[in-house]
Order: sequence, then structure tokens, then C-alpha cells
Amino acid sequence: MVETLSKNPRVTGFGTLHRSTIGRKMIMAVSGLAMLGFVVVHMVGNLKIFFGETEFNEYAHWLRTIGEPALHHEWFLWIMRVGLIVALVAHFWAAITLSRHDVKARPVKYQAKRKGGYATTLMRWGGVTLALFIVYHILDMTTGTVNPATTNEPYDRITSGFGEWYNVVFYTLAMGALCAHIWHGLWSAANTLGWNRATTAGFRTFAVVFALAVAFGFLLIPYSVVFGLVD
Amino acid sequence: MKLKLKIWRQKNAVDAGGMVSYDLEGVSTDMSFLEMLDTLNEKLIMEGEDPVAFDHDCREGICGSCGVVINGDAHGPEQTTTCQLHMRSFKDGEEIIIEPWRAAPFPVIKDLVVDRGAFDRIIGAGGYITAPTGSSPEGNSTRIPKPDADAAFANATCIGCGACVAACPNGSASLFVSAKVTHLNLLPQGQPERTTRVLDMVEQMDAEGFGGCTNTGMCTVSCPKEIPFTSIANLNKEYRRAVQQSNKA
Ligand code: HEM
Ligand code: SF4
Ligand code: FES
Repeated sequence: MVETLSKNPRVTGFGTLHRSTIGRKMIMAVSGLAMLGFVVVHMVGNLKIFFGETEFNEYAHWLRTIGEPALHHEWFLWIMRVGLIVALVAHFWAAITLSRHDVKARPVKYQAKRKGGYATTLMRWGGVTLALFIVYHILDMTTGTVNPATTNEPYDRITSGFGEWYNVVFYTLAMGALCAHIWHGLWSAANTLGWNRATTAGFRTFAVVFALAVAFGFLLIPYSVVFGLVD
Repeated sequence: MKLKLKIWRQKNAVDAGGMVSYDLEGVSTDMSFLEMLDTLNEKLIMEGEDPVAFDHDCREGICGSCGVVINGDAHGPEQTTTCQLHMRSFKDGEEIIIEPWRAAPFPVIKDLVVDRGAFDRIIGAGGYITAPTGSSPEGNSTRIPKPDADAAFANATCIGCGACVAACPNGSASLFVSAKVTHLNLLPQGQPERTTRVLDMVEQMDAEGFGGCTNTGMCTVSCPKEIPFTSIANLNKEYRRAVQQSNKA
């Protein structure tokens, strides 16, 4: 017997789901879907940039006031951030531990390569690309550390940031990784959670269209800056 | 037809093993893949060499013992068992690379033969029903809705060959386990163990060292019995249900 997850005690309820491969995969699916929910709202919100500088900056400030006066200024944002960090850490942990378990299960590779089965590799390397992107993106748009803008206004950060070619290239690559991740991940999560059946085959196509729409929506902004539609 | 074979040769479980090339002539397109290997082995025996060891029994696609990876595909280019694959699926002069199933829980015993005892232990963990001994009950006394009977039957056709594990980039046994769980959990006879079955079989599958499912679907396209991919979604659904049940307990 191979020593992998074998030493784990049995799953006895949702609190111990992390002990099995399927349980871990469910954690990956739920955290992935939570992040996807955020990603979609974020993409749609960003489109406010097409209504002009004032309205976009007002939107960004409004985000900090959600829930007031019940919540203190920026509390809503911090609750969201903590939730996203928990989801990201859970997702990343499940991805790493499961991938290591999977690699151990095929210690000797085949000499003849077969076509297909790329989704797994794409998810793993695409996921790493996304992790790097998330760090860079926060330093770029949230803290402004690596952003060339001279003010702290979100609109300025976008137009200045995408004035640099390397940002456009990196954001495009990252959105490609995001698109691929949702392409496989959305449908995959439905399978992991046991929702797919013969009659839901169309969901696979839906996931692909959804993935393309999300990536397209995000990329509208840098390319609008490049082509002078937003300045 | 003439073939250039490249076959994995490994003396025993501890030998490092390696690929060995053989030229084989006089192969007919009507031969099955195993008959082609028999032809090679006759030649090797005549030359005083050790014949290539491979697993087989029924040679009619029902026992699940045969199975090798042919040019990277589990059971070769057709969606059938290796014994039911015919040489007409190959071209004259073609190079054919033959390897054993590769997965940590399926150690090579010799050449192309692997130990699939891990599957037996998964079955032992929950792939059974509690049945009274004695004379068999009247056949029609337990009624089963037609759609359930059909789905259970489709999943019951799994012959435990292990091609799904061999084809999966993660060496996952999910399709095999899902076929067994779907088959037994759908039927009234399988209800007493419905919850423990899926928990125990998944626990054993993990303990044996099979990888997890990443929903690539490579298993289904290699399965000679066409076990549908939705069986894995059903395994996950049964697993979710069982965890919920044990939450309450
Ligand atoms: C930290 C960066 C990330 C890494 C390392 C990562 C890695 C992975 C891996 C390895 C998988 C499993 C793929 C497979 O089963 O073939 C996966 C699935 C998934 N990921 Fe990510 N990912 C990351 C970020 C994200 C983000 C930002 C989202 C939100 C859009 C997301 C959404 C999903 C979804 C929905 C799944 C499907 C879960 C399933 O297959 O059941 N991931 N991720
Ligand atoms: S699911 Fe298909 S490929 Fe896997 S063991 Fe059963 S018959 Fe073989
Ligand atoms: S020898 Fe029985 S299935 Fe091939």
C-alpha cells in the first residue's frame, strides 16, 4: 500500500471532509465557486468605467460605505476580503495536496504519450499564474505600490497602469488563465458536487460561454485604454 | 502484416525493467491483439527466449483480466478490451508500443502483468450487499423502476479491468468505484449499506494510493464497457449524501 492519504482517519461529517480525496475536491469546488462569485461581480462592477471618471471613482468609494451605518466604514470590504482569503487558502491548499497525491499515483510515466487530458495540467499551471496575478493585481490596483499613477484615484490607476505595455500583456495572460480555469472549473465543480447528470450535458457549453464572457468583460478595460476609448 | 513492437520487459516486481524492440512478421489482420502476442511468444520460445507475460482469461471481453497500454491508449485504439481488439486496427509496418497499466497501486509483477489486488480490496470494503443464504427468493418479489434497473445494469457491466486507472493522468480509480457504487446504491438490495458503502470504498480507494478525479474524462473514453462519466458525478452525490447522514449520526 502506498502511504498517501492512508493514514487519515475516516470522514465522519462535513467538519472532517478534508480527510478524503473527494472531500478535499469538494472544498476546492466550493471555495472556487465562492471566488468565482466574487470575480463575476468584480467584472461587472469594473464596467462602470465606461460611464466616465467621476462615476467610476464614486463607485469605488461607495464600495467602502456598503452596510453603513450598521457596519463601520470599510467593514463590508474587510469582511469580503477575509472571506476571499479563506477561500483562496482553502483552494490553494486543496490544489497542492491533491496534486501531490495525484502525481504519486503515477510514479512511472508512459513512454508513448497519448493526446488529451490537458485540463489537469492547464488547471495546475493556470492556477499558479492566477496566484501570481492576484498578488501583482493587489499591489497594482489596491495598494498602488507598482502602479505608475501619481494619485490614489482608481480611474487614474487604470489609465496609467494600462498605459504600460507589460501590464496589458500580463493582464491578458492572466485573463487567459482565468478563462481556462473557469472553462474547466465551473463544469468540474458541478461534477465534484454531484450535480451533473445525463440531462445536464448542456452545462458544459454554458461553462465555456461563461468563461469567455468573464475574460472578455475584464479585458475590455485594458484594451479600451490601449485604443484610447478610455483615457 | 509486419510489425515493429516495443514492449515493456521486466523480470519481476523488483527488476527495473525497460523497453525491448521486436520485429514480428506473419501477423494476420484477423488476429486479436493477444493472438499477435501469442505469435510473438511462440517465436521467442523457439529462439529460447523468455516469452512476454501478459494477463488474459476469457478472451471474449467479459472477465477483465487482459489489458495493456497500446501506443499510449489503455486497451489500444478501439474502445474495447485488448482481447477484442483486432490487428486490422493497425497499419502494416506500424510501430506498436506496449506497456503495462501504470499506477502506484498496480505494481508490475512481470512484463505486462500488474497486481490489481487493490481493486479487490476496494470491493471488499463495500462492493457487496447483505443477502440471506438459502434458496433464492422469487424473482419478481422486489420491484425496481425500469430507469433504475437500466442505470444499475449499465454500471454493473464494469469488468474491473483497470483501464480507467491506466488512462487517468492521476491514476484515479474514480470511474471503477463510481460504477460499483452507482450499481449497488440504485438497487433496493443495496440500500442497507448505501451510506457505509460509499464512505468505505472511497476510504479504501484513497488508502490504496489511487489519485483523485480532476474531471478530465480520460477514463470514460478508455472504458471498454462505456461506463458513463456521469457515474462519477453520482459517486460524488452519494458521497455528499453519506457525509450528511454521518453528520447526523
Ligand atoms: C491560488 C490560485 C489558484 C490555484 C493554485 C488553483 C488551482 C486549481 C486546481 C489545481 C484545480 C483542480 C483542477 C482539476 O480538478 O483539474 C482548481 C479547480 C477550480 N478552481 Fe482554482 N486555482 C486558483 C484560483 C482560482 C480562482 C481565483 C478561482 C475563481 C474563479 C478558481 C476557481 C476554481 C473552480 C471553480 C474550480 C473547480 C473545482 C472542481 O474541479 O471541483 N480557482 N483550481
Ligand atoms: S470502469 Fe470501465 S475501465 Fe474502469 S475497471 Fe470498469 S470496465 Fe474497466
Ligand atoms: S481476456 Fe477476458 S476481457 Fe480480455
